[in-house]
Formats: sequence, structure tokens, C-alpha cells
Amino acid sequence: MSRKLIFIAVVLLGGLTCFGDSVTVSAAISLKEVLTEIANLYQTDTGNKADLNFGASGTLAVQIQQGAPVDLFISAGNKEVNALSAAGLVDAATRQVVAGNQLVLIVPRDFADPPAKFEDLLDARFRHVAIGQPKVVPAGQYAMQTLKSAGLDEKLSSKLVMGENVRQVLSYVMRGEAEAGMVYATDAAAAGDAVRVAIQVDESTHDPIVYPAEIVKSGRYPAARQFLSYLGGDKARQVFLRHGFTEPTPQPATRN
Amino acid sequence: MHALWHPLLQSLRIALLATAGAGLVAIPLAYLLARRQFSGKALAETLLTLPLVLPPTVVGYFLIVLLGRNGLLGRPFHFSIMWTWYGAAVAAGVVAFPLLFMPTRASFEGVDRELEDISRLMGANRFQVFWHVSLPLAGRGIASGFLLAFARALGEFGATVMVLGIRDSTRTLPIFVYDEFEELNPAGFVPAVLLLFGVALVVIVLYNHLFVRGSKKN
Repeated sequence: MSRKLIFIAVVLLGGLTCFGDSVTVSAAISLKEVLTEIANLYQTDTGNKADLNFGASGTLAVQIQQGAPVDLFISAGNKEVNALSAAGLVDAATRQVVAGNQLVLIVPRDFADPPAKFEDLLDARFRHVAIGQPKVVPAGQYAMQTLKSAGLDEKLSSKLVMGENVRQVLSYVMRGEAEAGMVYATDAAAAGDAVRVAIQVDESTHDPIVYPAEIVKSGRYPAARQFLSYLGGDKARQVFLRHGFTEPTPQPATRN
Repeated sequence: MHALWHPLLQSLRIALLATAGAGLVAIPLAYLLARRQFSGKALAETLLTLPLVLPPTVVGYFLIVLLGRNGLLGRPFHFSIMWTWYGAAVAAGVVAFPLLFMPTRASFEGVDRELEDISRLMGANRFQVFWHVSLPLAGRGIASGFLLAFARALGEFGATVMVLGIRDSTRTLPIFVYDEFEELNPAGFVPAVLLLFGVALVVIVLYNHLFVRGSKKN
């Protein structure tokens, strides 16, 4: 009799864990403030929690490759998502672009005589120029594309310092350790008046900046789907826009 | 092994400068604390040995607050500790400092004061006593401190990486290991790991042979 009671209790307890479908999301660190706000709204609206894990998209992709228990992956570029897709770790059929962004060149707040064009960075007063480490940071990849198109990638190479993620790039400029840096417009906005935007980068000099999300195949699909569809909803869209993100540009289907 | 050459040289010059700098500061201070009483001595002792237990990233943080571009000293004097190998040497030196200071101070305390007094009576001034009597007699302990401090400076990561950043051209061996590991490149980090492990082994064997078994003989 008592064994039956224990069995029933265990089944009931197990059943209780089905309520509260929390979703674990690994997202590009430039999404930190906007996703945190959306996650709070999500919890209020659905009762479900979204556990957010931020970092450089490449670093997060490596974590997923190593088996990190993640349900949804939101990258700041296609490269990382495509790589995981090719490795069979994320479901390309669930791909959804949640936002877009713009690249800017920033300088520290009290920097005298900010650069008007990228060639100005060759000047001696710019000792260190910070960009994301292109190997793992999409913002660094976009930055290198822009520098290449200006013919400056070789000439500036001795001055370049690489951040492990785009927020470290921001930090270097805020602290004045780098006289200039390339981050997203939303990162500059998040830093407030600690930095100044010197140049709004011409979009044609780099790949379109997009935030594709895909569900991790080993993850919890229902929870991930619910959060992903919330991200595409009107409420979330308004939050993205308010933080300075742009509407996602229409994307071709992923090439696997 | 070619890829290891630059990180190895970088680590060596940082560790050498760090240890030399730590020695220049530690030896006189250790002598002072071993021989004199003064108000604030306890506070000095605490501060000088604190880096032994402070997490290296905390040490790095304080150094940047003090010596960074917007630092308490960096700002008015227009310099920054960041990005430079000598800045990294300051970080490694601070972290390794207690490993040199503590045995040096213990060694000075262990020097027979009578011998110092006798040499003063024979006409030596205070510096001559220090240089010709105290220092040689404390030599063994000081050497052991140098060995440990050098090894610690060579292996330093937390404070060093905050000051150097991770740049291909300035990586130390420990930063090289971390960077190559993060990029899942065993061809890169495995030789470096083996090299660092070998160095650590040599240091400990030397330390035990010279400073542990030897003292037991006495």
C-alpha cells in the first residue's frame, strides 16, 4: 500500500515539473538589455521563465558544440548559426530572424577631434582601435569587412585590439584604453554618454547585420517555440525598436 | 614548436622583469620589516602579503583602476598599463610578490643578530652589514623565493590577461593555451600545455632539491 502511495507521489511530482516550461537561451551579448526586458514581459504574459546566457556568438556556438544544455540559440550573424546547422546541432527549419542592427565607430566621451572618416584612424593619435575578435565575434567580422572595403585592414592591423565579445570592445573605448572602436549602434546607445558615435558605418560595406534564431535539436522544443514566437510578436518588436534595433531584413533560406 | 616561440619569449621577458622588480622592492622591505618596529607595521604586512590570496582578476582590476588610461595615476600622468608587456610585468610582479617577500623576510629574521652586531662593532655601517652579512646569510631563503616568484610570474594568467588583452602578437604561454583551447585547436595548445607542465615540474624538483632536502641536512 505505502509503495503505491510513493509511486503516485513521484508521478505527481514529476508531472508538476511540466508546468513552468522554462527555456534556456544562448544569445549574442549585444542583445543583453533588450532580451532581458522581453524575458520579463514574457514571464508576465505566459508565466514561463526564459534563462538567458549571453556571450560572443562564436563562443556560444562552441558551448553548444560541447553539449551545453541550451534550447534556443540567437546569433548576431549567419556564420555561427550556419555552422551549427551544418553540424546538425540546430534545426534550420525553425530559423527566424528576430532583429537587425547597424555598425558604428565610437570614441571615448571626452575625445578631442573625433574621426570623420575611417582613413583618419591612420593618424598617430589613434594608438589602439578595438574591434571584436573576428573568429568568434560577428561585430568583429562586420568591422573587418568595412575596414577591408576601405582598404585599411592591412594598414591598421598593428593598431587593432580584439575584444572577446562586442561589449568588451565597448568597454575598451569607454575606459579610454582604445581611442576608437567598432560596435553596434545599440551598444553605443546602451553606454549612454560614456561614448560618442563618430561614424555611422555605411551598410553597403559589410554583410547585413541580422540576428537569426534557431532551436537547438537537443533542446526543449515546445518551450523554445513558445519563446521564439513571442520574439516575433508585436510586443517584442516594439521593445527591439525602442532599444535601437532595426526591423529584420528579409533573409534568403539558410544554405546548409 | 615554432608557434610557441613568441609566446615563450613574451612569457620569459615578463617573468624576468616581474621577478627582478619584485626583488628590488621585496628585499629592502623584508629587511625593514624583519629588523624594525614601526607604527603601521601590521598594515604594511597585510598589504604586502595580500596578493597571495587575492584572486588575480581582482589584482588586475585594482591595477587598471590605478594605472589605466583613466586611472588614478594614469589619467594625470597620461599613461596606461594596458597592452604593454611591461604593464603585464607589473601585474605578474604584484601577484608573485608575496612568494618572494615572505621567505625573504623569514630568512632575514633567521639571521643571527649577534653576527650583525659584531660586524657593526668592527666598524661596518648599516648598509655594509646588510650587504656583507645579512644578505649572504639569508641567501638560501631568498633564492628559494626568487625561484617560486619566477615560476608564479611565468604562469600568471588572470591579472596578465586583463592588462594584455588577447592579441595574437602579445600572447604569453598561458594566454596562448587559453586562446587556442577556446578555438578548439589541440595542435596549438597541447604543446604549450606540455611545455608549461614541464617547466613547473623542473621548478618544483629544483625547489625541493635545493631548498628542502638541503635544509634538512643542517
